Amino acid sequence: MGLPFSTSSTAGLVVAALVGVVFGVLLHRGGVGNYNVIVNQFRLKDFTVLRIMFTAIIVGGVGIALFHKAGLAAFHIKPAVLAPVITGALIFGVGMVLLGYCPGTGVVAVATGRIHAMVGFLGMLAGGIAYAFTFPAIQDGFMKIGDFGKVRLPEITGIPEVAWWAGLAVIAGILFVFLPKTRSPE
Amino acid sequence: MSEKTSWIRQKRWNPYLVGAGIGILSWLVFLLVDKPLGMSTEVSKWSGAVTCVAGGSETVAENAYWKDHTPKFGYSTLLLLGTAVGAFVSALASRDLKAEAVPSVWAEHFGRSPWKRFLGAFLGGFILIFGARMAGGCTSGHGISGSLQLALSGWVFFLTMFASGLLTAWLMFRKR
Repeated sequence: MGLPFSTSSTAGLVVAALVGVVFGVLLHRGGVGNYNVIVNQFRLKDFTVLRIMFTAIIVGGVGIALFHKAGLAAFHIKPAVLAPVITGALIFGVGMVLLGYCPGTGVVAVATGRIHAMVGFLGMLAGGIAYAFTFPAIQDGFMKIGDFGKVRLPEITGIPEVAWWAGLAVIAGILFVFLPKTRSPE
Repeated sequence: MSEKTSWIRQKRWNPYLVGAGIGILSWLVFLLVDKPLGMSTEVSKWSGAVTCVAGGSETVAENAYWKDHTPKFGYSTLLLLGTAVGAFVSALASRDLKAEAVPSVWAEHFGRSPWKRFLGAFLGGFILIFGARMAGGCTSGHGISGSLQLALSGWVFFLTMFASGLLTAWLMFRKR
């Protein structure tokens, strides 16, 4: 068997389409294609987003750590260049609350008919164009400030992988029990 | 009531099952195609496609950003389109297709004007992708795929984005 499939092979493209479909179903049924749910997470009135993200991180992460140990999967770490990652994240947080979606959940909202999300998607396209034209001016300076490379927390802290997962599982467990279970309006 | 609704028609599923499902999807993409889940790179490629049409293909070909993120049909295109199809089918089954212009929480604070909401949504989308591309990922690429690999970049993004969102929401919604 030729695993993993090349992303340009037919099999790879079929995987992309199928994974996309399931991702869309899960995001929609998770309720995160709903503006109210996203905005109320940031208002600390509805913790659906954190519940989904923490569970995805722990289930996904423990599995991939094991597959990696077994030599079945490779890591794909994005470089931690602190100036652009932190600045970009600060900008992103403002956009996410103003729009009420992130890119993935925005796609869900567009596909389920939300007109304001469609306008938001046009804003995303415009933002992508603006960024592409800004990039040449910052690529050699700002984009390289604070470059820690493609690092993982276990390596830079010296705290073993197992301890990270145990710790995250405990934090998630406590949050899941004590966070309110209020639901936003549809 | 909810016991009688079949899971196919339920408006919401348990968030932990949804989260676990997304985690398992991550296993599949890592194992089957050696790729993480991500979304915002593809959106910026669509920006390139729009620019190709509006400003000519040389503009895109000469741009340093699009040189590395060439707008062409492929894996991430199908991932995005698949997400849209999945959401559409899911909403069809749970009767959640709706042409909403102004969501209720927005309306409570900023009124029912669709134009005001559209302006907010457009600006929000603009800012969102600008930030995502600067950071090199979004909620899926950094927040989920990065964090689940215990990447420093993923956790820095996730925590910073969350803090920024909390502050923004406080500023926007603190009245009443």
